[in-house]
Amino acid sequence: MRARVFVTLKPSVFDPQGTTIADALHSLGYGAIRDVRQGKYFELDLSTTEAAEARALAAEVADKLLANPVIESYRIEVD
Amino acid sequence: MTFAVVVFPGSNCDEDAHHAVTDVLGERAEYVWHKETDLKGADAVILPGGFAHGDYLRTGAMARFSPIMRAVRAFADAGGPVIGICNGFQILLEAGLLPGAMLRNRGLKYRCEHVYVRVEQTDTPFTCSARPGQVLRIPIGHGDGNYFAPPAVLQKIEANRQVILRYTDPDGRVPGAPGVDDKWNPNGSVNAIAGICSERRNVFGMMPHPERACEALLGGTDGRVILESLVAAFAGAR
Repeated sequence: MRARVFVTLKPSVFDPQGTTIADALHSLGYGAIRDVRQGKYFELDLSTTEAAEARALAAEVADKLLANPVIESYRIEVD
Repeated sequence: MTFAVVVFPGSNCDEDAHHAVTDVLGERAEYVWHKETDLKGADAVILPGGFAHGDYLRTGAMARFSPIMRAVRAFADAGGPVIGICNGFQILLEAGLLPGAMLRNRGLKYRCEHVYVRVEQTDTPFTCSARPGQVLRIPIGHGDGNYFAPPAVLQKIEANRQVILRYTDPDGRVPGAPGVDDKWNPNGSVNAIAGICSERRNVFGMMPHPERACEALLGGTDGRVILESLVAAFAGAR
């Protein structure tokens, strides 16, 4: 199985990089883009064939290492 | 008194810390490689600045899994003084030895300059030789020094007087107060926090580099009081 983990700063946490990217897009004329949140993307190659197990494992390593729960949240997709 | 200076792959202020402790203060210091598992009987631990493990993923995120961190945690749990400077502060946050987290600097730039910090509390082994409200001029050098804590945590560390250093203007006035320019907060840290300690007050993290401000020849001696406090606290405890 493969798990994809998307890590972003929590909505309550200011994202200076996302804001700067949004400003750059606005200066390029993309006024329709209201805001940008920037984050990290991980692809985990897993030996399991069980989707539930893959999701649980991805969540465990996201909690332990991939994301810092103080400032970041994550979303997982498995296939 | 013996200091353990922990060396991670990517540490780059370990020699400065060693120099400040030995050549400036006349105390002893031992380097401890991150793969080691004991602190060689040290009386205080320094986690120095740098880019431990390349700061991959997040600053300090990998260092917390280094074998020596188990010994550092046990030392801290037993009440031993641990100071994390810059990257060392980031490691203490990632390791959960201090509350909160670091974000990218508000202005996104790596800031390398002298700043002013005010000593908020002197009942710690890191500030006991300073005067309450004393303003120190100490250099910073970091890209991720924007201290953040969720509101509930922030309220708790303020109530517990765990904020030990705050960025101020040269007169000790906190940015954000009426008439004080926000530029004196170099990275956007919440409540202008530059250094905090643990609830037990024996673990301390600060973004400025006291070890780089110990000799007049190098631009100032204001950082000495932090290291001298550790020596005084140790002498007092014996």
